[in-house]
Amino acid sequence: MRFSPHTADDRRAMLRRIGAASVEELFSDLPEAVRLKGPLDVPEGLSESEVAGLLGRLAAKDQDLGQHVSFLGGGAYDRYIPAAVGELLRRSEFYTAYTPYQPEISQGTLQAIFEFQSLVAALTGLDIAQASLYDGATAVAEAAMLAWGQTGRTKIVVARSVDPQYRVVLRTYAHGRGLAVVELPLRDGRAAAEDIREVAEGAACVIVQHPNFFGLLEDVEGLVAAAHAAGALYIAVADPVSLAVLRPPGAYGADVAVGEAQGLGIAPSFGGPYLGYMAAKQEYLRRLPGRIVGETADHEGRRGYVLTFQTREQHIRREKATSNICTNQGLMALAATIYTTLVGPQGLRQAAALSIEGAHRLGDGAQRLGIAPAFSGPYAYEVALRSRKAVGEVEAAMLAAGMLGPLDLGRFYPELQGTMLLSVTEKRTAEEIDRLLGVLQGVGA
Amino acid sequence: MRTIFEEHTPGRGTQYLPERAVDLAALLPAGEIRRELPLPELSEVQAVRHFTGLSRRNYGVDSGFYPLGSCTMKYNPKVNEDTSRLPGFALLHPYQPEATAQGALQLMWELGRDLAAITGMDAVSLQPAAGAHGELTGILIVKAYHEARGDSGRTQVIVPDSAHGTNPATAAMAGYDVVHVPSDERGGVDLEALRALASEKTAALMLTNPNTLGVFDERITQIAEVIHAAGGLVYYDGANLNAVLGHSRPGDMGFDIVHLNLHKTFSTPHGGGGPGAGPVGVKAHLRDFLPVPLVAERDGVYHLDYSLKHTIGQMRSFYGNFGVLVRAYTYIRALGAAGLREVADDAVLNANYVLSLIRDHVEVPFDRIPKHEFVVAPPEDLVRGQGVKTLDIAKRLLDYDYHPPTVYFPLIVHEAMMIEPTETETRETLEAFAETLCRIIDEGRENPEFVKSAPHQTVVGRLDEARAVKQPKLLERLGG
Repeated sequence: MRFSPHTADDRRAMLRRIGAASVEELFSDLPEAVRLKGPLDVPEGLSESEVAGLLGRLAAKDQDLGQHVSFLGGGAYDRYIPAAVGELLRRSEFYTAYTPYQPEISQGTLQAIFEFQSLVAALTGLDIAQASLYDGATAVAEAAMLAWGQTGRTKIVVARSVDPQYRVVLRTYAHGRGLAVVELPLRDGRAAAEDIREVAEGAACVIVQHPNFFGLLEDVEGLVAAAHAAGALYIAVADPVSLAVLRPPGAYGADVAVGEAQGLGIAPSFGGPYLGYMAAKQEYLRRLPGRIVGETADHEGRRGYVLTFQTREQHIRREKATSNICTNQGLMALAATIYTTLVGPQGLRQAAALSIEGAHRLGDGAQRLGIAPAFSGPYAYEVALRSRKAVGEVEAAMLAAGMLGPLDLGRFYPELQGTMLLSVTEKRTAEEIDRLLGVLQGVGA
Repeated sequence: MRTIFEEHTPGRGTQYLPERAVDLAALLPAGEIRRELPLPELSEVQAVRHFTGLSRRNYGVDSGFYPLGSCTMKYNPKVNEDTSRLPGFALLHPYQPEATAQGALQLMWELGRDLAAITGMDAVSLQPAAGAHGELTGILIVKAYHEARGDSGRTQVIVPDSAHGTNPATAAMAGYDVVHVPSDERGGVDLEALRALASEKTAALMLTNPNTLGVFDERITQIAEVIHAAGGLVYYDGANLNAVLGHSRPGDMGFDIVHLNLHKTFSTPHGGGGPGAGPVGVKAHLRDFLPVPLVAERDGVYHLDYSLKHTIGQMRSFYGNFGVLVRAYTYIRALGAAGLREVADDAVLNANYVLSLIRDHVEVPFDRIPKHEFVVAPPEDLVRGQGVKTLDIAKRLLDYDYHPPTVYFPLIVHEAMMIEPTETETRETLEAFAETLCRIIDEGRENPEFVKSAPHQTVVGRLDEARAVKQPKLLERLGG
């Protein structure tokens, strides 16, 4: 299958005009030593019907969330996506456009980003937001870089209750800039203010997820106070869906909020593309990474939107830029904007509330079965349980019953062997949760 | 157009979820519950018309010709959109058991294998989410490699003065000092200057080939030798790979590390600013430094391998922008080896053809055989005499329903216009574009003010960027 439109006549005519005898001649400046002698070691091409068949067969090897009842979460969620989201995302004026460098013909993308920034600010309760980052993990890492740039301090403090993948990515990024990462230990699955007081001196920031990786609510007020007492920025990590029902970072004193917005209308898609976001207090505007859209007007006073404060960015500032990010997750930010607009405040609240209700049905039911919660205290839509059977056995039993989960926490936390994480979204019915409880009972979890 | 905040009417909304009342106060501490949620309320039809309206104020490859240099805005085949949305791909949870995701893992493994073959590398990570993210991955590998050898004095990364801004920004993020090497009079790396810069402090050289002038650096093997002799590594920025697909491989040019932009060379749509994907390939001696996990195969079973000895860690959550990977895989399967080479043939043919049509009307600062793109500037008399600049020509192109070329880049060419037609455009499209460009140059001579005040046909005119900074309005809130 080829997408080049040229006929043999086209090529001949074009070469004549160029003054070359053959296409090969246009490559005559490639030195012999670097020329590929044979064909690429890649299979021969296929027609569209063949390639569609091939991909269909590959996809059919997978067992997807439409075939199974999923209780997997831990940073990626099987939430309901209104049909209109997918329909609108296929408007090819959106998805076949480049970054909006020419604002006069990119008002669609630019206004959508402006609206996205507005929604993120509203959800987080903070002053400003930027256009998107790759995912929640890199958003955490970029927030740490912001704090380093702001304070000049080279120590990053992060709670161990933050998503393990975010912490690994944070370490990878921190190593580049030569920053040290210090972890706050788990105290009944949470961070503790006294641990911050112990290590936060000279820290650029303290990073805490709320609700945390185990779904637990952190004592955010005390943590913020301890971080600020040490002169460190407080970086809140939050799932925007949870912010529909929980007090937002801006209300409890966070300086920066970041997170993964996949839950806002983006398919789980085996881990990507997802959507990192960042919001902050006004004073950090010039330290934000990546694109920012602002409103302005043309000479006739017509309202329009442009990429702005670009002197922070790599194409202007080069090695002094706040980040190297260029291409971000524009289309995913559009998906989140469309989703949030469609469901509105009521719908988003309902998604969060049904998830929390379901999780408590599961948590309470498990306790009745004698399955101990791994931690005490209030939680949102994840349930961490201590299993009496190997987590692998539970996983196998669930799979046999047409269910996906749990996540084995021992994979990320050596101290939590035999502990498992189950997640509930608004898609899970009471009947499905009860069926899961039956499976847990059956396997002796 | 009104914003979603201006469209807000309290009480509007659509029921997507069961309306069962949930007593949150019974489940969460009262002090933790949010009281107000200031989000707009619209009916579904309002929302659909709003976003459809926005799409009509946008311009994509499907709208028309998009010769945006360095961005490779080729046609995005529709079958790729379908395959990436197959439930077996789109509805996979990243934590589900490997045994239940064998199709996805096989796809990733085969894509990595094919990208290694295309670039002449030995191992590929599909994890990076974009080109700049691939660059950071690559330079962190450079850092880890020198550290593993106890070679701690290497503090510099060399980049050409024609480089993309992401190159120096990336080097800085990895903790390196940036050293610029000038271009020579033919547009390549100044080899003598490079010899003088390369030292025991050199960690790596970052290079695009063909470079941002669209010129293939014929002395590429010598350049690589200079860096290798100094103990550094050579990094290939794959932004321009479209020019040499099937003709030449970075691995054969002497590069140790490459990143690719799947949203350029491999036709995945750019999404109005992402998502992209920036896989990184390395030579065998650097495989153990790649981010984890890699997809591995044993006896026809695929799994995620976290066991790399010197891994730099992880660059993001999970395994990459998987949906983008499915599109690129579909594209490579459709084209095959011969089709991929033909991509480069026609990309280069088209660039040379457009240049041949306009060369007598513009300045051509580096007059060599361009590859997939080339850089020109408006004629001197137009810029100096009439004050008509590249920006004005770009804006006037909008009136003729073209996306303009990349402008004012690379930085080493005054009033640069970087034109990359790509292989998917017809001869008629290229001719019409060339004719329009020449017509605008004539317009600039006859009626400079008209060109300088362009565009005249778009939904908004030139926007006041200074005002956006001086009186920043970066978001809107409910109730104004």
